[in-house]
This record gives sequence, structure tokens and C-alpha cells, in this order.
Amino acid sequence: MTRAGWMLEFAGPAALLAAVARLRAEGFTRIEAYSPFPVDGLAEALGAPRSRVPLAMLVGGLGAGVFTLGMEAWASIVAYPINVGGRPNASWPAFLPPALEMIFLGASVLGVLAMLFLDRLPRWYHPSFNVARFTAASRDGFFLMLYASDPLAGDSGEAAVRVLLDDLGAQGLSEVRP
Amino acid sequence: MSARAPTVRDDALLGAGETLQSVTDTIADRALDRPPSRPWLALFLVALGLTGLFMVSIAWLLLRGVGIWGINIPVAWAFAIANYVWWIAIGMGGTFISAALYIIGKDWRSSINRYAEAMTVFAVSVSGVFPILHLGRPEFFYWLFAYPNKMTLWPQWRSSLFWDFCAILAYLIFSILYWYAGLIPDLASLRDRARSRGKQLFYGVLALGWRGEARHWAHLEALMLVMAGLAVPLVFSVHSMVGLDFSEGLLPGWHSTIFPPYFVAGALFSGFAMVLVLGITLRRWYGLGAYITERHLDNLARLVLTMSLIMAYSYLAEIFTSFYSGDPFEIGQSMARFTGAYAWVYWLVIACNVLVPQLLWWPRLRRSHALLLLVGLTVLVGMWFERFMLIVDTLYRSYLPSMWGMFYPTFWDLAMLFGSVGLFLFLFLLFARWLPVISMHELRKLVHKRATRVVAEEGT
Repeated sequence: MTRAGWMLEFAGPAALLAAVARLRAEGFTRIEAYSPFPVDGLAEALGAPRSRVPLAMLVGGLGAGVFTLGMEAWASIVAYPINVGGRPNASWPAFLPPALEMIFLGASVLGVLAMLFLDRLPRWYHPSFNVARFTAASRDGFFLMLYASDPLAGDSGEAAVRVLLDDLGAQGLSEVRP
Repeated sequence: MSARAPTVRDDALLGAGETLQSVTDTIADRALDRPPSRPWLALFLVALGLTGLFMVSIAWLLLRGVGIWGINIPVAWAFAIANYVWWIAIGMGGTFISAALYIIGKDWRSSINRYAEAMTVFAVSVSGVFPILHLGRPEFFYWLFAYPNKMTLWPQWRSSLFWDFCAILAYLIFSILYWYAGLIPDLASLRDRARSRGKQLFYGVLALGWRGEARHWAHLEALMLVMAGLAVPLVFSVHSMVGLDFSEGLLPGWHSTIFPPYFVAGALFSGFAMVLVLGITLRRWYGLGAYITERHLDNLARLVLTMSLIMAYSYLAEIFTSFYSGDPFEIGQSMARFTGAYAWVYWLVIACNVLVPQLLWWPRLRRSHALLLLVGLTVLVGMWFERFMLIVDTLYRSYLPSMWGMFYPTFWDLAMLFGSVGLFLFLFLLFARWLPVISMHELRKLVHKRATRVVAEEGT
């Protein structure tokens, strides 16, 4: 294959959203949309499910908290019980502060890792970087990339895809080298 | 509606005519192209010198032990602990301002959150050095943590010193992650605008290949929202743990439930003051008047004033609880604070933290940047002395006359205090030189928000 896909540039977030909606309606699935700031509704328009990052943070936080409490309980009841003035070994209220801090730590670490995993980052090479204009995506450019590997794009043939893309009202259209 | 004189509240949060391009270019160019200015270079040299002094002090401390400081029995805690509490407190303000304003959706945070978060990372890093140095045997610092060991020993889970260790560890890692996650899209902007190969590589590697994809933005926004939600209780818990280090001690003046909230209030107070001081400086040096506007400085000044009132209340509540307890040692401790050997510290604290900030009631004075800078610095000095007062006032006059004794700082005490300021400045100046001091993607979002609002208003 000689190309990874097609890159289209749009004038603003509204035009980008409309183009994404149009392509999705036509049945294309392998689309990415790039913007210099988060655009409301763009991820949903691409068919993305709700972000699972908060779920990962819940799991990370609860996991770290339960682990810390368990370690404290095991160490003070089983492994190394100390009698301090007859107070119970399982003095759980005093175990909560370290567990609380570990909840914050576990949630944040797993949250960042989950974000990177779901984004498939770090990924220092991506075909989109071959488009010269694409550096504007982090400044003021709104881009859309249709992957050549899209099943529908493969079925309908190159000419039909070009006709459709020309019809989207993009400011620029270029082929993306793989 | 009756006409009224325009006030600072009417100022825009963003200079008129700012566009997606202009905000990105202005802030990116500060990091990419602008050669170091002369005041930056001068301050950097000072910071470098002080950092060197700090390193020499640490080396000397490791060689000779904590005996090089003025601490002894009864005053076994002094500068190192005061420095630790002061620095970590300054960090709190940065996290709080960034996270709390994010949760309640205040747009004015967008111009200040980045450098406030950076300030947090550096302040917490500097603060973390002190408890370790204060251990006496710093090479065994890892004994603080729970880890499998041949002695089959465990830490004392019920001790607030262990809680505090967990709190510092969690807070340091959390604040670095919070800062870095928000920095990734901006690093991508720098990568895309850098012209030299070296800078492209440097920013490109750090940007992790970010390309602004819609789903990536959605994950990042979800992450930042939940992290902001966690950051607020984290700030409160961390500084409460610091307060509990003292509350758990049975000494007059320390053994009080007022300490955790009192410490948190002081932390936010000094943190806001530092955000104000750094904001005015950055605005001036880098010509960021279009982003850090009069309204930002006015808002920060109001926050400082609010916290000053809460501090005044805390000081009063502390006096009240001490006398209301009827405990002669508590009362004696309070009286020693007002009139004892360190009374000058107490009255200096009251002057710096309660009296001077009252100037901020006047809107005209809030518009004077020189005055704001001066008030901010005064508060920072006052808060350092407050930490010193809380620690030394209790230790120098405990229950028995045999437990009475003075503390006199040595050269190394002062070297480490000023050295730590130098290290903080060193890190912050490097940040201001090489990284975007304002979050570009959040400003772009603000530009977009303003544009859609204008369109909506014209439409009606």
C-alpha cells in the first residue's frame, strides 16, 4: 500500500464536526480527528465510548487503599503485634490516613497509565506527522484523517473515496504517506 | 441601569484580539526563541550560587551530622522542620488554586494553573529534602516506609510521622503527574514549532507523540477532572498530616485539634501569596499582560486577603482554646508567646500575616503591582516565621524549668534556609525558560469559548 490514508484540513471545529458526522453516516469507521483544543462532542461523533480513565482511577484508588489497610492489619495483628497500654491491635481508625494517601497515589498513577494505554502513547511515529501542514494541529488547525485501511474505503475504491472527500468542504486534502 | 465607574471586574480575562495562533505563538516563543533576559540571567546566577551553598551545606551535614545546626535538647526541632512545613505549604496553594477553580469551572485559572502547578512540584521537591536531612541518619531514610526486611520490623502505623511520610510521597508523585499530564499537549505545540533538531527531539520525546486526537483529548479531560477532584481533598489531607505531626505531641501549644485546619489555612495563605509573587514577576518579564490580567492579580489579591482573615481567626481561636482550657501550662505557653524571649517573632507574624494584608481591602492598592508584590513577599516571610514560632515557642518553654532553653541558629541553619530558596528559584527559572509558563491549550479553549459566545450574542 502506498498511502496510510487521506488528511483533510477544516476551517474550524464546526466544519470538522460536520465532516466527521458525514463520514460516519456513510459508514466509515477508521477516522481520526485532530484539534488544537478539546472540542465538545467530537469524540462522541467519532463513536468513542465514554472514557474508561475514571474507571481505572477507581480501581487504582480502591486497590491501593484496600492493599494498604490489609498490610496494616496484617502487620499489626499477625506479623508484629505490639500491646500499647492494652489498646486493640486492630486500631483501624489510625490505619485510615495512610490508606487515604495511598488511594490518591494509586488512583493518579493508574489514571495516567490508563490514559497513555488507551491513547496508545507514547508513540513517537505516526503517519499523520508526514503531512507538512499537520504541525498546525497543535496551534490552530482542525484536521481529519481517513485511514486507507478502512474497510469501506477499500471496498468502494480510491476514485469513489476521492469524490466523497472532495465533497466535504475541506480547505486542504492530501494523501498521507505511511 | 445606572451608570457606574468601570472597575477591574469588567476587565477581560484575555486581551482583546487574541486568537488561537497568537496565544500559541506568544507563549511558545517565550520558551523556544527568546534569549534569556538580563534580569533572568542575574537571578539565575544568584539562584545558582545559593543552590551551590545548599549542596555544600548538605554535604557538610552528611559528613558532620545535625550537630552543625543550632538544635539541641530541648529545642530539637527548628529550622529544618520550619523549612519543610513552609515549602510544602507553598506547594498546597498551587494545587488548590489549579484544582478547585477547575472543578467549579472558573476560567481565570487557565492563565495561572501551569506555573502554579510547577511551583507546587518544585516547592514539594525542596520540602521533601528537609525531613530526610533531619533524620540524623539520612542514609536509612527508607526505614520510614513499609518494606520486607530481614529484621521483620514494621513501621508504627498509628504514628502521624508515618502518615506524614505517606502524605509527602503521595503528594509529590501526584503533583508531578498532574503537572505533566496537563503539559503533554503544550509540549506537542513546542515540538511542532521548534526549528532546531535538538529542540524538536527534546520536546518531541517529552510530548510522547501527542497529536491532538479527539479521543485522546477526551481521555485527558476525564483524567484531569478526576485528578482535580482528588487534588482538593489531597491538599487538605496532606497538610492536616503535617499539622498532626505536632498535635500528636503532648506538649503545650501543640496538643490541639485546631492544628490540622490551622495548618491548611496557613498553607493556602502562603501558597496564594507565592502564586501572586511569581505571577507578577512572570507577567513583567515575559510581557504576559494579555494573559495574566489585572483581573487575575485582583482575584489572587482577594484570595490572599480572605486567607489572611481566616489566619486571624485561627490565631484568635488558638488563644481562646488555650485560655478556655484552664490548663496552666497551656496558658503559660500562650503568655510566653506574647511576652517571652521569642515575642518579637509572634508580633512579626501578626504584623506580616494579619495587618499588612489588610491593605488589600482597597481596590486602588490592588491595582499597584509593586504593592501586591511587596504584600506577597511579606506574607511569605510572615508564614516562615509562623512555622518557626509554632515549633520553637512550644519547645523552648515546656512543662518544667529544666526543659527550658533557647534556640540560636548557626550559619548552616541560615545557609540551608536561603539555599533552599535558591534551589526553588533555580528550578523555577529553568521551568520559565524552557517550558510554557501558561497552558496554551487551555488558553486556546478560552479563545474558542469567547468566539462562540460572541457569535451567539450576535445571533440573537
